[in-house]
Amino acid sequence: MSTKTLAQVEEQFETFQILNEEGEVVNEAAMPELSDENLQEIMRRMVYTRIWDQRAISLNRQGRLGFYAPVAGQEASMLGSQFALDKDDWILPGYRDIPQIVFHGLPLHQAFLWSRGHFAGSQFPDGLNILFPQIIIGAQIIQTAGVALGLKRKGKNNIAITYTGDGGASQGDFYEGMNFAGAYNAPAVFIVQNNRFAISVPVEKQSAAKTIAQKAVAAGIEGIQVDGMDVLAVYSATKQARERALAGEGPTLIETMTYRYGPHTMAGDDPTRYRSSDLDDEWTKKDPLVRFRKFLEKKGLWTEEKENEVVEKAKEDIKEAMKQADSAPKQKVTDLIGFMFEDLPHNLREQMEEYTAKESK
Amino acid sequence: MAQMTMIQAITDAMRNELKNNEDVLVFGEDVGQNGGVFRATEGLQKEFGEERVFDTPLAESGIGGLAIGLGLTGFRPVMEIQFFGFLFEVFDSVAGQMNRMRYRTGGKLTSPITVRSPFGGGVKTPEMHADSLEGLVAQTPGLKVVIPSTPYDAKGLLISAIRDNDPVVFLEHMKLYRSFRAEVPEEEYTIPLGKADIKREGKDLTIVTYGAMVHSSLKAAEELEKEGIDVEVIDLMTISPLDIDTIIASVEKTNRAIVVQEAQKQAGIAANVVAEITERSILSLEAPVLRVAAPDTIYPFAAAEDAWLPDYKGIIETAKKVINF
Repeated sequence: MSTKTLAQVEEQFETFQILNEEGEVVNEAAMPELSDENLQEIMRRMVYTRIWDQRAISLNRQGRLGFYAPVAGQEASMLGSQFALDKDDWILPGYRDIPQIVFHGLPLHQAFLWSRGHFAGSQFPDGLNILFPQIIIGAQIIQTAGVALGLKRKGKNNIAITYTGDGGASQGDFYEGMNFAGAYNAPAVFIVQNNRFAISVPVEKQSAAKTIAQKAVAAGIEGIQVDGMDVLAVYSATKQARERALAGEGPTLIETMTYRYGPHTMAGDDPTRYRSSDLDDEWTKKDPLVRFRKFLEKKGLWTEEKENEVVEKAKEDIKEAMKQADSAPKQKVTDLIGFMFEDLPHNLREQMEEYTAKESK
Repeated sequence: MAQMTMIQAITDAMRNELKNNEDVLVFGEDVGQNGGVFRATEGLQKEFGEERVFDTPLAESGIGGLAIGLGLTGFRPVMEIQFFGFLFEVFDSVAGQMNRMRYRTGGKLTSPITVRSPFGGGVKTPEMHADSLEGLVAQTPGLKVVIPSTPYDAKGLLISAIRDNDPVVFLEHMKLYRSFRAEVPEEEYTIPLGKADIKREGKDLTIVTYGAMVHSSLKAAEELEKEGIDVEVIDLMTISPLDIDTIIASVEKTNRAIVVQEAQKQAGIAANVVAEITERSILSLEAPVLRVAAPDTIYPFAAAEDAWLPDYKGIIETAKKVINF
């Protein structure tokens, strides 16, 4: 009986796709309503992010950035989902999910400052509903349940969305977050970007479950697996999940099948130790930019000239943002002490005096 | 003025704040219909509704994450960890996440959360319920840790904790919940966090302590008085950050001190108090500062609890060592 039930569950989780690798529409009925401008904007964001990723890797190698987790390959998953959001929705990102919060409103130079470990990076503009990238795998998922419940209780017409990787789906907090959001019928969307490796451990070693999407069943919430290299499918699934959440129909787990072309982070990870070049080649063929470019070109919405404009704009923005980041004041210990509590207790008052004296020398 | 047990005073503080501010939410396992396993939230759901006082699924880490998320959207969460021995299940939320919200966002976001939890020995709970884990949270930057010893203090401190814009861990000693009644004003009042209280004045020896050990120390002080030793008892009330001024002023008056804690000797608070006294007042001391604490074992099985826990006799013995040094 149990084997039959599991098979029935797994059968429900076929990968949702709209565009195939040739940029052809294979699921006309699911085509989202997006204007030509919207479609171009999505492409613009993906190209921009690819350039930024290349620059960030190079800046990191030059020692001009700090922590950086490459994103190339995941643009459709990241930006397709973010494009489905309202500007007041909350984003609780994982450590790799910087593009989503930047396109949500975080100035690029602050993303660079955050990467360098400068606190001014996380002093983001007022009214921007984001958290900073979470380092503890899974913590953002339980917090998302709380933000979503808070939005519902405050009567806001907004959702909370969070991201993790395939490894994140192994954490207890992943299940607790989905379960809490489900139990409170809170407007939350959980995205697992299945890029196939948790640093080096393949998804097949994370779980006996054939999909991560099916884990939604245990929490009693909706789950869907999406082609994460197909930006229209990711957009469409997220948009629907958002609408369902706001209609009081509960949270959704979205598994996006994607791939990171680069290392886990720039801190010494060597993917050739755990990934074959055949696998890299296989996934490069699915590239979200190539596929969407073909789709747009056929519609007459994208040209080489347009692409070059975006590339140039991205390079210019990055240069400008780096300049701004470079001009941030030197970080001081006294600043940090000042952000521990609203009012300084005795011990921190003393330490503030001590460091004020040191730093004024 | 009403006579209240400590648990009634705690309920009264939450009722006061639920009334006072509609953003205050009380939640945890069994806190709703059931009124909490110790009845700390008795009647609150009935009075304020299921939106304000509610049960959570049985998952401590989820409760901590829920509190952080609700705090970000403008609420003032009062979350309960059913027994503080379950802290490990929610340690990331408490000691890794809510404590750094203000810091990591450079003041943009905060966690105005109160973490309430029963702890403490002498009531023969199953294992992993009674453990004195306050040292773990007190050693964590970004948290205030409060442990009241009387019904009056519990009410005033809990109201302050709920109104504080930073996370406060508020620990309630299980043995004190119903062990006695005391006068507690029905109206609201606050006791500032970070301030100690001199529960008994004296001139020969300072005892620095907190929680249930305040009562053991007061009993020891009474006994010592019969022998002509005049003891001052300081109840820290907030164990992090410490009220250094009160401790030092007392030690400089009495020139002798001991520190009493129910937790194991290696478990934190007393060692920190000794270090502060040594750094600041070594020339006032006539004797080393000694500690009274439990042995460094895992919390004992119930049948050994009474022998394992520090008591007033041990305090007397240690006090005499310091007096006769």
